[in-house]
Amino acid sequence: MTAPAKSSSAPVSEGFWRAAGRRLFADPLARVCIAIVSVYFVLAALSAAGLIAADWNEEYGVSYANPWFLGEDYPNPQGRNSLISQETMVIDDKQRAVDPLAPYYDEIEERAMQYQLTQRELRWTLPLGADKWGRDLVRKVIKAGEISITVGIGAALLAVMVGTFLGAIGGFFGGRTSDFLEWVYNVFTSVPYILLVLAFAAVTGKGINTIILVLGFTGWTSVYRLIRAEYIKQRSRDYVAAADALGASSARKVFIHILPNVSHLSLVQLSQLVVDFIKAEVILSFLGLGVPPDSVSWGIMINEVMTELVLGKWWQLATVAIVMSVFVVSFGLFTDLLRDALDPKATRR
Amino acid sequence: MGRYFIRRLWQTIPTLAGVILLVFILFNLFGGDPAAILAGKIVSPERIATIREQLGLNEPLWVQLWIFVKQVMTFDFGDSWSTGESVADIISQKAPVSLTIMVQVWLLDAIVSISLAVAVAYRRGSLTDRAVMGICTAAMSISLLLYVVIGQYVLGYTLDLFPVLGWSDSLWTNLTTYAPLPVFLLLLVSIAPSLRLYRTFIVEETTHDYVRTARAKGASENRVMFVHVLRNALIPIMTNMAMQLPGLFVGSFVIESVFSIPGLGKEIVAAVLRSDFPVIKAITIYLAILTMLVNLLVDLLYSWLDPRVQLK
Repeated sequence: MTAPAKSSSAPVSEGFWRAAGRRLFADPLARVCIAIVSVYFVLAALSAAGLIAADWNEEYGVSYANPWFLGEDYPNPQGRNSLISQETMVIDDKQRAVDPLAPYYDEIEERAMQYQLTQRELRWTLPLGADKWGRDLVRKVIKAGEISITVGIGAALLAVMVGTFLGAIGGFFGGRTSDFLEWVYNVFTSVPYILLVLAFAAVTGKGINTIILVLGFTGWTSVYRLIRAEYIKQRSRDYVAAADALGASSARKVFIHILPNVSHLSLVQLSQLVVDFIKAEVILSFLGLGVPPDSVSWGIMINEVMTELVLGKWWQLATVAIVMSVFVVSFGLFTDLLRDALDPKATRR
Repeated sequence: MGRYFIRRLWQTIPTLAGVILLVFILFNLFGGDPAAILAGKIVSPERIATIREQLGLNEPLWVQLWIFVKQVMTFDFGDSWSTGESVADIISQKAPVSLTIMVQVWLLDAIVSISLAVAVAYRRGSLTDRAVMGICTAAMSISLLLYVVIGQYVLGYTLDLFPVLGWSDSLWTNLTTYAPLPVFLLLLVSIAPSLRLYRTFIVEETTHDYVRTARAKGASENRVMFVHVLRNALIPIMTNMAMQLPGLFVGSFVIESVFSIPGLGKEIVAAVLRSDFPVIKAITIYLAILTMLVNLLVDLLYSWLDPRVQLK
């Protein structure tokens, strides 16, 4: 198929992905969303690499240290002017008389001297305050974000891969395979989603990897439905018939010829599922069924907030609420705009 | 109609079999030996031996599966591993509590979002429409958790308008004292998505020719919107509402945990935390059956509401 000489001077038409990218970037709102989401991803990646927030679990301030703008004292009952003071024990003769360890005091002192005890100067204020254990909320919220975003992306990738694969097989082959996969789909959708997740969580135990697996293996159904319908539409197109005529194998037709033509739908689904799974992870961790308690995620932070609020410590709630909502809102808007750019005919949900 | 019903009922059997198989595989193959799970909770080895016997763990897998199928058929899932109560008793005690909250939410959500949707769809494209839709999008992005935690603190604790948490034995006290705040918070979360969905249903109807005909005949705007448009839009709206029915029985996990409401949602979370498999298995199976029945009812509802739909 050689192009006619006349059209060789005509401009090369824009590729699909390039055109979609141009449509997406033309929208200022999309640029803002992408910028915000990128900041989160960069922070999460840096945190995952251990470059920042690796020491989130250490004590930086006093318990419930105030955020900087509240000053050092009010309303922290352990603030600088507080009347609470640490009790110190004076060792006098009376003490020595009753303490069976008394003869060893000198030895104990001497041994203790051998160890260099470095105590960090605990701060009265921190940029966004501290939690009950004096952990810096900036570090903590970054680490929590890393975990929540990792779970969201990991589970979404898994769900999209499973859903796309099964949808492709079911849609392309039809017949028995399709019937079987439809049956599996019906089974998975006949149990309410959150209950299905909990049933899986009940047997798998806790851990970041398990929660990714649980969300991924229960959340593939919407992707499957969409991709299957698309494969049924595509399999009778001329280019598939042409590939068939050239002797392409089924696997080649499914994954090399058709897949690139439906992959934009998978991408939109991926973006949608990341938001859904982050929300699901937050709720699961809040209920104590998600990320293990020695780790931290946005859901665990909200769980800790419940007892703090009664004491008037609102800064952890404010931090996690704002950080999480900004991410979810901008990622959600980005998903909508991505769908408009990649799939202009689709109606918004 | 009757034949259709029977054929559809017949078709649900493979799905039900699939759910039974899924639950069986999950809990019997991946769930691990109950003896190991219960080692810390139940001290007496006789009790564990009885449970192993009940589950048929000393028998081959197909016998275990058959025992489970018999449990499903007779609706007898045995006793809870933690409390020793029968699972059927637990469910029949807890489900009404969840329903006390959820039925109110279901009805109020429908009333509020349908009336708002009609109003907004009528003025579609206007500033009001775009403002309401914008608020909905923002409201949907915020996690349910934040509504609950902040709502409980501000409305219950700081302003003291409602009790912070609690539940009583009297239905009247529950409805008047303890239910209002959870219901209100759940409505804040549920109205936004319903409103957005119902608006698209109604807007779609207003573009049809019959609306223009009705206006041309001189029907009042109220008549056009409420008699002509809404009646047609009610078909997808009712479908959506019917789909929510199974969820009403389990209630909201978050709300029930935060407000200490002894409903099925709280029970499920507790059961998962305690590895109380019989309770989770029973609730999963019941809910799946309920969902299948509701799907069937929705199909029947279609033909009843819309005579154009033919059931074949």
